[in-house]
Amino acid sequence: MTVTLRLKKEPRLPIDAKCISPDVFAGKSLEEIGKLQLWEGNRQRTLADIFQIEGTCGKTAGEVVIHLFGDLSKVRRVGERMTDGVIKIQGNVGMHLGEEMRGGIITVEGDAGSWTGSAMRGGTIEVKKDAGDYIGGTYRGGTKGMKGGKIVIHGSAGTEVGCYMRKGLIEIHGDVEEFVGIRMKDGTIVVHGSAGERAGAFMTGGKIILCGHMESVLPTFTIDSIKNKAKVEENEIKGPFYLFVGDLAENGDGKLYVSKDRNEQLKDYGELL
Amino acid sequence: MKGLLIKNGFVYDPLNNIDGEKIDIAIAGGKIVEKVEGAKEIDASGMVVMPGGVDIHSHIVGAKVNTGRLLRPEDHYKDVEPKTAITRSGVGYSIPSTFTTGYRYARMGWTTVMDPAMPPLKAKHTHEELNDTPMIDKGSYPLLGSNWFVLEHLRAKEYEECAAYVAWMMNATKGYAIKIVNPGGLEAWGFGRNVRNIDDPVPNFDITPREIIQGLCKVNTLLNMPHTIHVHTNNLGKPGNYVTALETMKCVENLATDNKPIIHLTHCQFSAFAGEDWRTFRSASEEICKYVNSHSHVTLDLGQIVFTDTTTMTADGPFQFILYQLTGNKWVNNDVEAETSSGIVPFHYKRKSYVHATQWTIGLELALQIMDPWKVFLTTDHPNAGPFTAYPKIIEWLMSRKARDDVMKKISKKARRKTLLTAIDREYTLYEVAIATRAGQAKSLGLRNKGHLGIGADADVAIYDLNPEKKDLAKHPAEIRRAFKSAAYTIKDGEIVVKNGKVVKSVNGKTYWANVKASPSLLEMEPELQKVFEEYYTVKYENYIVPNHYLAAAKPIPVKAKV
Repeated sequence: MTVTLRLKKEPRLPIDAKCISPDVFAGKSLEEIGKLQLWEGNRQRTLADIFQIEGTCGKTAGEVVIHLFGDLSKVRRVGERMTDGVIKIQGNVGMHLGEEMRGGIITVEGDAGSWTGSAMRGGTIEVKKDAGDYIGGTYRGGTKGMKGGKIVIHGSAGTEVGCYMRKGLIEIHGDVEEFVGIRMKDGTIVVHGSAGERAGAFMTGGKIILCGHMESVLPTFTIDSIKNKAKVEENEIKGPFYLFVGDLAENGDGKLYVSKDRNEQLKDYGELL
Repeated sequence: MKGLLIKNGFVYDPLNNIDGEKIDIAIAGGKIVEKVEGAKEIDASGMVVMPGGVDIHSHIVGAKVNTGRLLRPEDHYKDVEPKTAITRSGVGYSIPSTFTTGYRYARMGWTTVMDPAMPPLKAKHTHEELNDTPMIDKGSYPLLGSNWFVLEHLRAKEYEECAAYVAWMMNATKGYAIKIVNPGGLEAWGFGRNVRNIDDPVPNFDITPREIIQGLCKVNTLLNMPHTIHVHTNNLGKPGNYVTALETMKCVENLATDNKPIIHLTHCQFSAFAGEDWRTFRSASEEICKYVNSHSHVTLDLGQIVFTDTTTMTADGPFQFILYQLTGNKWVNNDVEAETSSGIVPFHYKRKSYVHATQWTIGLELALQIMDPWKVFLTTDHPNAGPFTAYPKIIEWLMSRKARDDVMKKISKKARRKTLLTAIDREYTLYEVAIATRAGQAKSLGLRNKGHLGIGADADVAIYDLNPEKKDLAKHPAEIRRAFKSAAYTIKDGEIVVKNGKVVKSVNGKTYWANVKASPSLLEMEPELQKVFEEYYTVKYENYIVPNHYLAAAKPIPVKAKV
């Protein structure tokens, strides 16, 4: 049962919309949904002030499908703490998408902001275009990143993807900027495009697989071996890969796979083996 | 004449021996009066009326609290208070912003709060934040236990000169009491060292912590200060440190006169650890309680643990460094020139951790085994053992064995097996709660107009929607928590500031400081002080002193020194 929300006009100020979640919508009539409170800048508004609301709503979170239309790049915290159900966004969306979500599916046809899926514990987020910084990470100062679930970004992502990640999978088909997997403890990050500098800084566990170009490996990583493939859950990614272990400055045991074919400049490492 | 009349409430006013009697309280001109006519009436029937809460030890303002705020954006992120027509916006869970701190205290019915650790060099910053903390009366204790001037005077046994310096310091920093943190240890920490027990000499100063504590205790008596010395012991937070705590209390035993308290051991829970290391760690509450029960020169406050994510911050730099090494969390550590040090580490107290759970039991064991409630006060050493917003929860634990048992079911099994709590049936009465949270603390602080509802007292009143006649509260602990969490009314200086847990009026509290008048000959030392100051400090003497106009609403307490 689908509830459709159309943005009435593009907001000038950021909107804190943590009420847009199947768990909040479940069992409510359209009128009740329209009365949900959210913040636009420092003013309190109702959902009906900002969106045109249509459709029917399911009884439990699992039955609710929320369809969002418009450029929501200023709308933050969509799907926060959701446990089930589906959110489809036909356009861009703002920061903190699916923060701390426990289950359900979020798909974004456009771009997503920073902190997408930060501290999430389960469920799936799929972004068809680019995403911002701290994907699957934690809020500034926090130490508890993503703990489960899956994030797939078809475009590129910014810096510090998967910071403080504790479990789960992040797959990025485009490029990433600096510090991918910073301070990660466990889980898997796959980057199909190129990666910025200092991948895996401070990591103590987990796996980062870089299939594209990567200028240099941090000196606190040591070469372990050359692998023909890397495992990602049940699937395999074909190599060959240099396998580095680190971050030794943190007594870490993280695994950093870097494509051999795409990184001529790292060939000296191969000779150390 | 405008005023207030609180009618038909169950009044708990331990300083005037009123235990739950139905008495009307009349208020006029910001004071409690005998009679008031034509006043607005508050119907408090079926409610508990107490003096406004007093907190003897709560880190709410100052340089390190503010650094803690900067260090922990994630602490504020989930706890946001939007602005209303009356209150300002704010954030914070364990280290709320200044305005939010004031509002939250007032909502619980607290009206007087003391910040216990002001490095004298940061006094101006502290007072700027105090000015911005509304709703409550407040004050701050300058840290003097590792101050070079103090150490030098005490080494030479110049108690009167030291007293003059302390008197000058109270005036210069607008401080309220002498705070001693890890005496001598903080000075040693400036050189990367610490003191191990109270007879371990302080490097470079040839003085022991024992001499510092005794010396400042004598100085405190000489100056006739309203509060006793306020001591955070050496070896805090280390297994086996109860011996140090006992030694600290014993070392001033002979200085007591007329059975009056002369030392306040703060957040005693952190000083009541037994065992050789963290594996053999156990509670030493029994030893501490035995001593405190048989001596009258000591008061304590709890520093009760609550299981939550909080931020530890003390002037005890070496202890904070150990805490960083234990947790691996982010940390801040600082040496404040010739005065003190400080440190901050975020910390999460977990139910299932044996050590944390035992710490939880130690606090409650202390509170329940010390028979005289005038000797032990409720604090969480906010935010070290938990934020002050946990007070209702702790009152619930003190008042109800059922509530304690409920928590005990969830804590570490080993801790549960070892604790004495399972054998303690004592439950605090509302009268005892009023002592532990207000009367006792006000008495210990020497605030004559606080903590009671007698004629002439400040009209700081808290009214809680709690009916002790209707229900057996010990059997309904959730009621206790609900009532103390949001006061039905909080009255500050005769004005209703909180109604049903909502702030209805924002008022500025006063800042108390001890205006010590020592004899003029002692104050002649000022030129000499000025000279030495030039050598020791990075700031100018003139810039160091907090001028009178710096305080938005100063309330100097005149203190007539004996010297």
